[in-house]
Amino acid sequence: MALTLDDVTRIAHLARIDVSAAEAAEVHSRMGGIFTLIEQMRAVDTNGVEPMSHAQDLDLRTRDDIVTATDEHTSYQSIAPQVEADLYLVPKVIE
Amino acid sequence: MLNATLKELAADLADRRVSSVELTKFFLARIDALGKTLNAFITVDPERSLQAARNADVMLAKGSAGPMTGIPIAHKDIFCTKGWLTTCGSRMLGNFVAPYDAHVIEQFEQAGAVIAGKTNMDEFAMGSSNETSFFGCVRNPWHLDAVPGGSSGGSAAAVAARLVPAATGTDTGGSIRQPAAFSGVCGLKPTYGVVSRYGMIAFASSLDQAGPFGKTAEDLALMMNVMAGFDERDSTSLQRDREDYAREINANVAAGGARPLEGLRIGLPAEFFAEGVAPEVGRAIDAAVREFKRLGCNMVDVSLPNMKLSVPVYYVLAPAEASSNLSRFDGVRYGHRAPEYTDLNDMYKKTRAQGFGAEVKRRILIGTYVLSHGYYDAYYIKAQKLRRLIAGDFSDAFKRCDVMIGPTTPTTAFDIGEKAGDPVQMYLSDIYTIAVNLAGLPGMSIPCGFAEKSDVRNQPALPVGLQIIGNYFDEARMLNVAHQYQRATDWHMRMPGKDKAEL
Repeated sequence: MALTLDDVTRIAHLARIDVSAAEAAEVHSRMGGIFTLIEQMRAVDTNGVEPMSHAQDLDLRTRDDIVTATDEHTSYQSIAPQVEADLYLVPKVIE
Repeated sequence: MLNATLKELAADLADRRVSSVELTKFFLARIDALGKTLNAFITVDPERSLQAARNADVMLAKGSAGPMTGIPIAHKDIFCTKGWLTTCGSRMLGNFVAPYDAHVIEQFEQAGAVIAGKTNMDEFAMGSSNETSFFGCVRNPWHLDAVPGGSSGGSAAAVAARLVPAATGTDTGGSIRQPAAFSGVCGLKPTYGVVSRYGMIAFASSLDQAGPFGKTAEDLALMMNVMAGFDERDSTSLQRDREDYAREINANVAAGGARPLEGLRIGLPAEFFAEGVAPEVGRAIDAAVREFKRLGCNMVDVSLPNMKLSVPVYYVLAPAEASSNLSRFDGVRYGHRAPEYTDLNDMYKKTRAQGFGAEVKRRILIGTYVLSHGYYDAYYIKAQKLRRLIAGDFSDAFKRCDVMIGPTTPTTAFDIGEKAGDPVQMYLSDIYTIAVNLAGLPGMSIPCGFAEKSDVRNQPALPVGLQIIGNYFDEARMLNVAHQYQRATDWHMRMPGKDKAEL
């Protein structure tokens, strides 16, 4: 399951990180070594083992369905890159 | 003041032998004089710290002081601190002034502590040397050419150089224990879920946990009394009764005796004493084992057969969780936004390319890959299954012992630049700490000696860390085990460079 240069370009797009051709080659060579390390996992048979997704096997706590958050939009938007009329501005998405 | 414990400082403040303003000025002067050499801090704000100290002095005068009132504490720059720059060591958050406080910060405010500053760290806590920080690496106070460890390297170095009496950190795969070992201080990663992560910038949510750095085990206990506690804003915060983490230490003061740990069963995991441990580190650990025998402990041989897979498992799970957590940094609501872009996707991509450093990008890409279609079962699910086997090894071993000990790291601190070009070698330096996070267990590191590298000449002796691993929620016992060791030895009281100490 060797990682190819095309894989690097594809996952960089999925992760929304701009990667130049030169950077992709560099990342590809570094990740090769890391995946050699990761492939060591195959050495152990895990058939029938239940995956452990969390450090403690606990049910997630739920809370009453009531509004508890206070309106902080002025303070939160004061650190935003671009705001207008209480809205975050981004480049046009729909033509 | 330089070497005083938190208990001593609290007593001095309560008896008005020193004011919080004097104490805070003393440590701010040290941060000013040594902070730049060590690069241990990203942000200091003396006026804000001194204002908090003046408020603390009013509280002390009124007799309404809390356990930490007036004591300056440094916080890892991963904790959102209202009105303070909170960068997480990244260009992405280089302009981020947090609009709210993390739970940990709130807890210290309630206890009356003064914020001494925000400490340097590996970018988004991804690193074992502090070299991935956008703000430059931290230097090891014992040897300026060496790394302090990471990711909480600034906090560890700050406590080691006595720039602050104590500090906070976080530990996802060893980020408290490894820098504590490399920098010659004490550090504790509590049981997963004991300290709320609300306002703590997330890296790998099934592993992240906050904890303290200090000079002594007793100081760690006092810090834990402030940090721990249920918080409904963190869905993984555990609903447990408040506990006094110093209770076993205090109970033992009454008991005393030459063999205060009589009957304690200490597990020695074979994998921690196998090849891979540098001989000079092994010798210091062996000496600690002999000391614990003198204190009355019985040694039990145990085994953690799947621990060798903890590094590969971690480098699937942690990047997978990180790739998801770090998707929030998109240049829309806060933080860096690329100055030029063509459309929305281009804005995301350029913002993230500019905002993240090489190691963070690498981990996001690994995480994206192992979660992508066709690879999820082979990597992510496989790693989760192995995680259960690794955690199971610990439960089996804890049937036969009360705590386990071994080295925190295979070597003493390596040089700046030594491993920066080789991520795999860097990752392997956390071989003894990662499994503890995967299992969610508490672990700590305390100084247990100094070692000169057998293959390097003219290098000062560097600290060796002893790791103590406990069963779930057994922090109070671990802290007492460390405390009894520290009553019998003085490794924890050593400090770097006499010239620096006398500043």
